[in-house]
Amino acid sequence: MKNFRYIPNTATLSLDVNTCIGCGNCQIVCPHRILTVVEQKANIVDSDGCMECGACAKNCPVEAITVTPGVGCAAAIISQWINRITGRETIKGCC
Amino acid sequence: MATKPDFQDRIATILTRVGLTRNSYRVTPGLYGVGTPDQDSPVLVTANYKLSFDTLRFALDGIDAWILVADTRGINVWCAAGKGTFSSEEIINSVKETRLAERVTHHRLIVPQLGATGVSGLHVKKQSGFSVRFGPVRASDLRPYLQDNYQADESMRSVTFKLQERLVLIPVEFYLVWKPLAYICVGAFLLSGISPSLFSISAAWQRGLFAVAATLTGTLCGSIIVPIMLPWLPGRHFWLKGLWPALLSGILFVLLTLKQFSPYEQMALVFWMTAVSSFQAMNFTGCTPYTSPSGVEYEMRRGIGVQMTLAALGIVLWLVAPFIG
Repeated sequence: MKNFRYIPNTATLSLDVNTCIGCGNCQIVCPHRILTVVEQKANIVDSDGCMECGACAKNCPVEAITVTPGVGCAAAIISQWINRITGRETIKGCC
Repeated sequence: MATKPDFQDRIATILTRVGLTRNSYRVTPGLYGVGTPDQDSPVLVTANYKLSFDTLRFALDGIDAWILVADTRGINVWCAAGKGTFSSEEIINSVKETRLAERVTHHRLIVPQLGATGVSGLHVKKQSGFSVRFGPVRASDLRPYLQDNYQADESMRSVTFKLQERLVLIPVEFYLVWKPLAYICVGAFLLSGISPSLFSISAAWQRGLFAVAATLTGTLCGSIIVPIMLPWLPGRHFWLKGLWPALLSGILFVLLTLKQFSPYEQMALVFWMTAVSSFQAMNFTGCTPYTSPSGVEYEMRRGIGVQMTLAALGIVLWLVAPFIG
């Protein structure tokens, strides 16, 4: 998604190249095309394009990818904050 | 199943987009067929949100295929995958409950690419014997995908957020906030009546109308202008994007009410509408397909303080204006 860019240096995505076996699953599932496999190893080519959906980590057979997944939604985060303070469960996101 | 929308489908789609039937627009989970599917026909997996199901079946006009509908409690594929209802376990259960292995011989499932957030292909294969191929992001690309021997090119694998895709989200934005908006409007009339003579009904009405107008203008800016103008508004933070249209409206408002209002009241209304717009814009993050939760939390830690300050300044100025103006 080249015409929409979000805040840089915030994504939690990381890749352990030594563990990677180059299967290419991450490259298939990434909706922002930020992972490519070159010479049997995955590369993060655009980490600021990551929206932390977690699809790559979920489909990595050797757990070489880690990311804290979630929905990038202000309403969901407000409800998390309220939950943390009051212990009450409010709305669970907006979709 | 039919592969063309009928009149009822069209009406129901509009009601759902507006928000009225959004949480109850479902189909019964299970196995469906389009065309005349046989043991070799592809199996396409989807959610039991009827808009998702309809998008899929209408994209399959003229194709023989099975549709396996997972129980996601009426939520679309991507959101359900993020929440864990469109999951490996759910697909494994659906395969078993529908006895899919007795219907097809190929043991392959085509899962929407955006379902990959909740579905591990390996896990499904292990537990159900069916292998998972992640299909294109959009159902409209299924025809070339199927014809091209399950090959999706880069554009089919990328999410987009075009004007049309942003426009359809606008009605729901309003549906979700109409209740708080109604409370705020009542509050605006009450606060506007506070005057040196304790409470003035004429002031409540006259000033209240403007306070309500400012609230609605802020909402319009944050929930219509921001989604439409999203790629062109300055700033990556959404709360920043929400400031600009409201500030422009605010300037216009000040010019139009030079005689009517004191500078305090004008400032109050501009601050207020800017806070509302910024907040609504920030809430739009949940509708976009490119904001990360870490990024949203990062911007909220900055934006909410600004919004609260603007809102508080607006309210205080509005309250004291009758006493000093």
